[in-house]
Amino acid sequence: MFGVYIHIPFCRKACTYCNFHFSTNLRNTDDMIRAISGEIELTALPTQGIKTLYFGGGTPSLLAPSALKILFEALKEKTDFSGMTEITLECNPEDISIKSLKSWKDLGVSRLSLGLQSLNNAELQAMNRAHTAEQSLKSLSLIGEFGGFEVSVDLIYGTPWKTDQEWQQELEFILNLDHVQHLSAYALSIESKTQLAFQIKAGTVLAGKDERMIAQFELLQHEIQERGWEAYEISNYCRKQHRAIHNSHYWTFVPYYGFGPSAHSFDGHQQRYHNHANNARYLSEINAAQLPRIEERLSDADCLNERLMTGLRTIDGVEIAQLHRFHGDWERENRQQILHFIEQGLLYKVGDALQLSASGKLISDRIISDLMWVE
Amino acid sequence: MKNIRNFCIIAHIDHGKSTLADRLLEYTKTIDKRQMQAQLLDDMDLERERGITIKSHAIQMEYELDGEKYILNLIDTPGHVDFSYEVSRSIAACEGALLIVDAAQGIEAQTISNLFMALDHGLEIIPVLNKIDLPGAMQEEVKDEIVELLGCERDAIIPASGKTGLGVFDILRAIIERVPAPKGDPTAPFKALIFDSVFNSFRGIIAYFRVIDGEIRKGQHVKFMNTGMDYRADEIGVLKLTPTPKDVVRAGDVGFIISGIKEAKEVKVGDTITDFNNPALQSIQGFEEVKPMVFAGLYPVDTEDYEDLRDAMGKLQLNDASIVFEPESSAALGFGFRCGFLGMLHLEIIQERLEREFNMTVITTVPNVSYIAYTTKGEVLPVNNPSDLPSPDKIKFVEEPYISASIITKSDWVGPVMSLCLDKRGILKNQVYLTSDRVELSFEMPLAEIVFDFYDRLKTISRGYASFDYSPIGFKESHLVKMDIMLNANQVDALSAIIHRDSAFDLGKKICKKLKELIPKQQFEIAIQAGIGAKIIARETISALRKDVTAKCYGGDISRKRKLLEKQKAGKKRMRSVGNVDIPQSAFMAVLKLND
Repeated sequence: MFGVYIHIPFCRKACTYCNFHFSTNLRNTDDMIRAISGEIELTALPTQGIKTLYFGGGTPSLLAPSALKILFEALKEKTDFSGMTEITLECNPEDISIKSLKSWKDLGVSRLSLGLQSLNNAELQAMNRAHTAEQSLKSLSLIGEFGGFEVSVDLIYGTPWKTDQEWQQELEFILNLDHVQHLSAYALSIESKTQLAFQIKAGTVLAGKDERMIAQFELLQHEIQERGWEAYEISNYCRKQHRAIHNSHYWTFVPYYGFGPSAHSFDGHQQRYHNHANNARYLSEINAAQLPRIEERLSDADCLNERLMTGLRTIDGVEIAQLHRFHGDWERENRQQILHFIEQGLLYKVGDALQLSASGKLISDRIISDLMWVE
Repeated sequence: MKNIRNFCIIAHIDHGKSTLADRLLEYTKTIDKRQMQAQLLDDMDLERERGITIKSHAIQMEYELDGEKYILNLIDTPGHVDFSYEVSRSIAACEGALLIVDAAQGIEAQTISNLFMALDHGLEIIPVLNKIDLPGAMQEEVKDEIVELLGCERDAIIPASGKTGLGVFDILRAIIERVPAPKGDPTAPFKALIFDSVFNSFRGIIAYFRVIDGEIRKGQHVKFMNTGMDYRADEIGVLKLTPTPKDVVRAGDVGFIISGIKEAKEVKVGDTITDFNNPALQSIQGFEEVKPMVFAGLYPVDTEDYEDLRDAMGKLQLNDASIVFEPESSAALGFGFRCGFLGMLHLEIIQERLEREFNMTVITTVPNVSYIAYTTKGEVLPVNNPSDLPSPDKIKFVEEPYISASIITKSDWVGPVMSLCLDKRGILKNQVYLTSDRVELSFEMPLAEIVFDFYDRLKTISRGYASFDYSPIGFKESHLVKMDIMLNANQVDALSAIIHRDSAFDLGKKICKKLKELIPKQQFEIAIQAGIGAKIIARETISALRKDVTAKCYGGDISRKRKLLEKQKAGKKRMRSVGNVDIPQSAFMAVLKLND
């Protein structure tokens, strides 16, 4: 069993908060698509066992259907799609039309991850998004009318531009749409070297207060619970039985192959590698028939820490037995710390698993770091 | 003896002493160009990197002038105020000195104090105007300064360039013609001055000396007059590029002795070597025990490394007798050592040597000077650690060390420099214009005030154009208090400091603010307080951590995020806790960085 991730490193505009790898120069898309299919060709992909395929970016929806088709064909050349369970395409509202939906459906896309982020024009503008709130609403109804897709929506909260009330309205609107089964709600984080980080440093944007993020997180939990949705990861929520399969595999250490600049891969054991995050360099290496990989061998400590980190972020938590595969003394060494977190109501122990409470999720990075195995 | 010349070089850092010294070695064919490693005399890595001489060295050159062969002994001197006693002993071993002045910079404070030392010892001064090839050279102005200072003839100043080699032959001629030959009695009982020593891991301590009277032979039974120890001269010789063994070293010459001594503290710079059976009547004057001026606690980052730190300190002491240390313990930092240093540079050097030579990172506590407390019971207590200061009700008064400080700066910066020194409790004693735009200011001020936050501010306000030198002038009574720092009402002993009462409020406020920046948020609120006795003089609060969460953790994020959190954990493991508060190492040095 494995998944495939394809990174499309192009966007029409640069969102101020984004630190993913992309270029707004769209002239090289054809070369890039050729190169990515070249990379697929060069890679020893298992002929059987692909379960999920994910197009991320960047903005995969800006590709012409013919370009996407080249990638599908390259993959199908190498591996058998018959066991496929989920094919996700990240898309932006400005790219949604009956025509595009049809072409995606024809290619076999089963799930759309729609980058709405906000339903407030002032906020969209402040973040330099390429669409308006009206386009967002229109794209949602088009998708609903067209039917046949699993739909996930991305929203951002805890920003300097969104009041608690606006957040509540956005949540209510999205969660009440019958054809939306999944919500990825991201607390705005200020990543270094992004435009937003510079704006905050320069004082042209005021950083959102911790209190606002906390209040909006709590609001989110409330809305989710009230509707019987599942909070199955810190930033991921869904109707029952509608979890994102591809993303869930990241957290359960299913192997995945990443293609395209900056894409990451994992062999399911102790080997990770990723491609250079530079389009020109990626193109030239592939053209020279080389894989542009940077390898990383995971130590036992790395493996334990990754399971701890991803596990604690999910609804099922992390099973201690999983950690003990890498370090048999982990629980004994951390007993004091674990008890301390449990007493503070940040952590639960359920059977053999440790799970974060809602307040634990808010400081999850600190809790995870404190429990890590670092010599 | 009439063909021997012993001389040293007096120069400010960066005025080109080492480069010029290298030229002298090259022009006297002591070394050829091929062997030349830039700045040969500074043979410690650290010295070469910092471009300064920490320990003094010596080297012998041979040179023929007008058909006559001469031996020239260059005795190198350290270039920093922390080591001024060593400078004085090197000077005492010479008859002449090259005064090297950068033609673009002019005379600096350090140069003047060393020059006065040389004049006190009756040395013949040969002024050299260096770097005259630089575009910014101000030959005439700097010559004015030199003439003013030395009262010499204008044409006695030798223009030179260490870079191009210009003037080097003139300097060699001047050394032979102007520096007097050594005076001494070759037939008197053996008497020599130790001006330096180095540690060699195979041979033990190698002491460098200048023979005043008589001669020393290989195998001779000798005595060190101040320590009272006696040794067999296993090996003696002269200091060519490498030590060259000889059977005899005679009056007037400079040499080395190896006698199986294992520890640097047995060989004291300034001591007199004499014959054991036929000793000199009097030792050479000017010997002093070197006293540490600045104290700080050194603690291993990992408490388990205490024994390793003890070993490392012991090994450092083998070749640097000027560091002293004794065990101490701190509630916050565990077991460590209270160490005495000659000054702040010396402290930094030791810290760096621990890292480089022993791979030993240490936590250094706030440095302090040595105080004297007079108690109501009539005791006199030395205080090298703030926690040694008795409680206020038991103190009659406290004395602190004072220095006489000399600052040379451009006249444009006199105002700011003066207000800085007054702010640091300085008392202006004198103000002399060296030229129309260079001023020497003399202050009396407490040594404690220059230990932190002085050099950097002096440099900033003078845009780098101020030089500074000082010498201790004894103790004076001061109104000093001990300021404690509390985190959630628990006192952090390693953060206590002895400070002047008048600056307590200001300093307390700044320290609390700095600590607020440096101590990470924890799951509870942290109160930071500064207090004197029971009185709280400043307070800051670190709010509880309520939010620390990553939004995205997908395929490409896992490895990066994991590394970030692992790094956090590693940092936390190195923190020290007091009560329930975790304190990062940087916080223990916070007081030194109040203005960053």
